[in-house]
Amino acid sequence: MATKLMATKLMAAETRAKRPIRWHVGVFLAPAVLVYTAFMILPLFGTLQLSLFRNIEQSQVFVGLGNFRTLFGDPNWSVNFWNALRNNVWFFIIHMLVQNPIGILLAALLSSPRLRFTAFYRTAIFVPTILSFVIVGFAWKLILSPIWGVAPHLMDFVGLKSFFTPWLGKEQYALTALSLVSVWQFVGIPMMLIYAALLSIPDEVIEAAECDGVTGMAQFWKIKLPLILPSIGIISILTFVGNFNAFDLIYTAQGALAGPNYSTDILGTFLYRAFFGFQLQVGDPNMGAAIATIMFLIILAGVCVYLFLVQTRLRRYQF
Amino acid sequence: MKTKLLTALLLGTSILGTTGMALAEDVTLNIESWRGDDLTIWKDKLIPAFEAKNPGIKVVFAPSAPTEYDAALGAKLAAGSAGDLITCRPFDKSLELFKKGNLADISSLPGMENFSPVAKAAWQTDDGKSSFCVPMASVIHGFIYNKDAFDKLGIKVPQTRDEFFAALDKIKADGTYIPMAMGTKDLWEAATMGYQNIGPNYWKGEEGRLALIKGKQKLTDPQWVEPFKELAKWKPYLGDGFEAQTYPDSQNLFTLGRAAIYPAGSWEIGLFNTQAQFKMGAFPPPVEKAGDTCYISDHTDIGMGLNAASKHQAEAKKFLEWVASPDFATIYANALPGFFSLNSKPVKMEDPLAQEFVSWRGKCKSTIRSTYQILSRGTPNLENETWVESANVINGTDTPEAAAKKLQDGLDSWYKPAK
Repeated sequence: MATKLMATKLMAAETRAKRPIRWHVGVFLAPAVLVYTAFMILPLFGTLQLSLFRNIEQSQVFVGLGNFRTLFGDPNWSVNFWNALRNNVWFFIIHMLVQNPIGILLAALLSSPRLRFTAFYRTAIFVPTILSFVIVGFAWKLILSPIWGVAPHLMDFVGLKSFFTPWLGKEQYALTALSLVSVWQFVGIPMMLIYAALLSIPDEVIEAAECDGVTGMAQFWKIKLPLILPSIGIISILTFVGNFNAFDLIYTAQGALAGPNYSTDILGTFLYRAFFGFQLQVGDPNMGAAIATIMFLIILAGVCVYLFLVQTRLRRYQF
Repeated sequence: MKTKLLTALLLGTSILGTTGMALAEDVTLNIESWRGDDLTIWKDKLIPAFEAKNPGIKVVFAPSAPTEYDAALGAKLAAGSAGDLITCRPFDKSLELFKKGNLADISSLPGMENFSPVAKAAWQTDDGKSSFCVPMASVIHGFIYNKDAFDKLGIKVPQTRDEFFAALDKIKADGTYIPMAMGTKDLWEAATMGYQNIGPNYWKGEEGRLALIKGKQKLTDPQWVEPFKELAKWKPYLGDGFEAQTYPDSQNLFTLGRAAIYPAGSWEIGLFNTQAQFKMGAFPPPVEKAGDTCYISDHTDIGMGLNAASKHQAEAKKFLEWVASPDFATIYANALPGFFSLNSKPVKMEDPLAQEFVSWRGKCKSTIRSTYQILSRGTPNLENETWVESANVINGTDTPEAAAKKLQDGLDSWYKPAK
């Protein structure tokens, strides 16, 4: 026992002797760590702390998990919460089913050597991503407007006028319509990431596949897709985080009450109303923090599932 | 006057150094407000009128953006850097400031007797004992109509509900105009211009509103459900795709002359006067039978209070006394047609449309929006729910009875009226 301890101590001393304290590591890390701590980690813990208190008679009182009990137990809160969560899941599903496949398809088309004007398409598709939400929300509200919008006229042009309805005003369509607007805005991101991944596939691999007679669609499914799977994983998790943090588009297009009849209410707008209040509703920072904490946990859970279950099983190829 | 004072001040400083400063220095009062739109009116009309009568007091109007106002004001009050005079939002937001001790009690301010109890209610404690803001202006609900369209179609201004719907039918049958310009996309149009506009005739204004607060009436009672039933009847008269029609869409449809009737708040008058190319008129919400007492929503919207931490209490009080005077009311109401003075002494206004609106005060009984006092303090918030349900009723998502029941259930969950 004693000798063992001695040995470890000796070894430690040896390593210490061999490796002087590398101050520069700390010095170079410090700015990022400090900034990240000050602006991300401290506020995060501030939020967690805030969610455990409640304002009673103008003073903050510790209530433990009381706010969470209200959030899940009081139907006035829980109905809205589950509605927002359900809508948020649907918002995410649309993105996964529409945005990402389209992004992959576009990237595959763009990387095709026979396509001309690649740079133009790439830019044109990516541009909406850098637009402000306010512009996107407003522009699409105008496009889809039944009164001044282009959509009803264009549809009339091709004889589809009867299919036009005021989508943003109908409970059953509004959320899907807005999800698709968001897809339109952000399809450039999966496209770019996949495009980069596709370009990084070495020509030798492709040539080898061709020698083996794997061409065309089969080449995409059997050679390229497995090679870009890690990128698709990254995109999925980015979409997940982005969607469960979403707020801006709904707020600019539908307002904080996320009408009609709360059908477009997602966690972000629900949080906003609780935290900041709306019109005569006075904001309740504590309940808001509780919602924010749940959002954080949902995102954390999603990211963990990805990191520990999905990412470890993805095979990576080294060239 | 100004130059003289300035010379005196300069002389004072040059001869006596810093000791002379205090003698000739003017007191400057700062006004906090969210009405950035009114900046020129304050600067060119209101403030000079006050300063001319009160030498030695300078007033600065310093507005912030409406959406930031409450947060910014709260921060400034906490830091002690807020202005001397504070523009008050109606009801709970100001009441909260008063309870925190940010607003001074001005119940005994000379001039407060110029206001009726309804006018003062928005800035009083629940028991009505202390007032903390001078009422400045209210907005009145009604319907603005396109006079040219009415003349062309030979429609008389409707007095009763039957006439109102007959007029709508006639406009619809003719087809030139959309009968009514309103959408449900922004929700609040349906509640504010719809439910709160026509409602007071059913629940008899103040009588119903106060009974609701006391718990003697419920939102499921017929007088509270009927307005929803009437709203549901509006649906066929609204434009194509009204579900996605926003508030600016409605305004534009009307001012472009494409719609005949606009369920309105009087704050539209200023904008409509500059945009509409046709003659406009207005009528109050129609009553059931000719000769019935009419009730209008004459909603208190803006007041002004005194920052309890102000260093210039006496001067600020002087300013508030002036705000409570008919002088102020006349300038304000004329500069901003559609924002009506709450002063009991009648104010002379030039704008014909504004005159029409304010004339209803003489023949109808005034009330304020039913959801604003006390009833929107809890969760779910009655005002927000009323927005959602009014839109649902028009869209046909909820029946009037179901909507009323949801509202009452929500209210019951937190509001226990004093027995």
